[in-house]
Amino acid sequence: MSVKIYIPGDSGAVALGADRLALSMQKAVRAQNLDAVIIRNGSRGLYWLEPMVEVETETGRIAYGPVRASDVDGLLAAGLLEGGDHPLLLGDPEALPFLKRQTRLTFARCGITDPLSLDDYRKHGGLAGLTNAVAMEPKAIVTQVTESGLRGRGGAGFPTGIKWNTVLEAQAPQKYIVCNADEGDSGTFADRMIMEGDPFLVIEGMIIAGIATGATKGYVYLRSEYPHAILAMNRAVVIAREAGVLGASVLGSDHAFDMEIRVGAGAYVCGEETALLESLEGRRGVVRAKPPLPAHKGFLGRPTVINNVISLASVPVIMDKGADYYRDFGMGRSRGTIPIQIAGNVKHGGLFEAAFGMTLGELIDDIGGGTATGRPVKAVQVGGPLGAYFPRELFDTPFDYEAFAGKDGLIGHAGIVVFDDSADMLKQARFAFEFCAVESCGKCTPCRIGSTRGVEVADKIRDGIETESQITLMTDLCNTMKFGSLCALGGFTPYPVMSALTHFPDDFRPTPGMKSPMPQAAE
Amino acid sequence: MESRSMDAEIASRTEAIVGRLKPLEGPLLPILHDVQKEFGYVPKAALPVIANGLNLSRAEVHGVVSFYHDYREAPAGRHVIKMCRAEACQSMGGDELGERLLGLLGVDWHGTSGDGAVTIEPVYCLGLCACAPAAMVDGQVISRLDEKMVTELARAVKA
Repeated sequence: MSVKIYIPGDSGAVALGADRLALSMQKAVRAQNLDAVIIRNGSRGLYWLEPMVEVETETGRIAYGPVRASDVDGLLAAGLLEGGDHPLLLGDPEALPFLKRQTRLTFARCGITDPLSLDDYRKHGGLAGLTNAVAMEPKAIVTQVTESGLRGRGGAGFPTGIKWNTVLEAQAPQKYIVCNADEGDSGTFADRMIMEGDPFLVIEGMIIAGIATGATKGYVYLRSEYPHAILAMNRAVVIAREAGVLGASVLGSDHAFDMEIRVGAGAYVCGEETALLESLEGRRGVVRAKPPLPAHKGFLGRPTVINNVISLASVPVIMDKGADYYRDFGMGRSRGTIPIQIAGNVKHGGLFEAAFGMTLGELIDDIGGGTATGRPVKAVQVGGPLGAYFPRELFDTPFDYEAFAGKDGLIGHAGIVVFDDSADMLKQARFAFEFCAVESCGKCTPCRIGSTRGVEVADKIRDGIETESQITLMTDLCNTMKFGSLCALGGFTPYPVMSALTHFPDDFRPTPGMKSPMPQAAE
Repeated sequence: MESRSMDAEIASRTEAIVGRLKPLEGPLLPILHDVQKEFGYVPKAALPVIANGLNLSRAEVHGVVSFYHDYREAPAGRHVIKMCRAEACQSMGGDELGERLLGLLGVDWHGTSGDGAVTIEPVYCLGLCACAPAAMVDGQVISRLDEKMVTELARAVKA
């Protein structure tokens, strides 16, 4: 049997040269007449080692990384196909501390299987949750999801089961499942990775949601910035349909469910659920006032479940292994696991799925290994562009929805962006306003106008014009935006701004003669 | 005369797209995506055809086109560079690299170089945050950009 060589097709690996590498490997395998096949798997999420090549040997998988196209000949000469020794040899990937310390429930298959092989998916436990679900009453599925304690992984943290129950109880001739794959937050890439690396999981989660609520049609609203994910999801839908996983008779049952992939058009605000629905219906992505809730009046005015990719992707394991199994991970009211994305200026960046409860410090210093530049960590932004900046003094905060809220922050979609001591927090606060101005849908005045005013105020502070009164104005502006905006864009932009102001006050009050906001390196 | 026949050409090709995608639930974005794929931008002459096909006003269609960052009102350069300007890329020096690239190409954000070689657009996150700074060049993703790569990129797109 041919030896399997795994080279990730994940766009993060591709951005680091995985396509060129796969091409070189293919050529070399052919030229040397080797009995090997190349499989484009997802990424394991260890991005400092990407492209990470794995070979399936008799004693299990052996990893090498980071591998460049120019390493191919050397690797093959060193006996790559038998897991031979080479300077890039990493050994058993599962034994790498970054992977060994994780609890992979949602990402159990990502980076291991061929993303578009339904056989592979089944062999590694896929469709077990759906198989259980098709034999259950909708109410029982909803109960199981509710009891698992799963909360929305998109950022809001709303209990998934309760949302589903509202749609289940709503009466309508047509209901919908909408998967929010508009992952626009900087520092987040879990949705992208799972859609590229295990697309059937998202499909399975959506079908279960459909059966649980009586919805027969699903849409994935996927951002245009993710062409690899769009391709993978579209292909997976076709394969699932041909195999009878999707269609008039899901897995041969009486349940019908089909779905489509819809592509966004570069508007961040469409990650907000009501703006997303407007966009899906073909309008400007302007936020709707709630109520009515999407669960009552969603897509085309019909009852709609809108869940984040990771929320839906967490459902199959709950239906497979039970609510208790999932709920037993985590702490407090944050149950199960969360795929944390460690990004930015960090030595070991990537995807780290773990039970809730690890501290921010453990994640940054221990798992992430500190900054990539080797300089001290100054701040970390958690939860995307609308998340707060945390200073080192708050690194004992456990990763938990309530604990973060208690420190005036949010988990959001669980992305962490690390900044070293060259970061200028006034500049970051200004960017938060600038981003809000670029992306505001324009519906709420505090967001539409306040964001631009915020930029102006930040500029005045930078130029040392009436510093203290401008800081008061900025605080006041944040207050207005927070309470006067319908959605999180205007409402949460104050988080990065106020956290920067609160934790890094010196950056807002430049010492005379020290105008340069960027400290120069000692060398 | 020539522009009128071009408009007619645009209209007929747009009509085919509208006809094909109209049955979808919420067909406008898929139609606009396909129109942009067809022409490289969303031509003004396409708007009345879309409006007519979907029973919308021309203003409504224009409102949608102008709302979304992706839709272009004029053709882009021969190459399109989308440079990430979001926080994770900022933390790795993305701002400075972006400025450098703009300087090398002699354009501002959203601008197209005078010779029509390249359009540069800001993008807020490509999901490559663990290997920042990142960009997309003609649909191909690249990451861990540094000064040298940016200089090479500027040279390559101008060649």
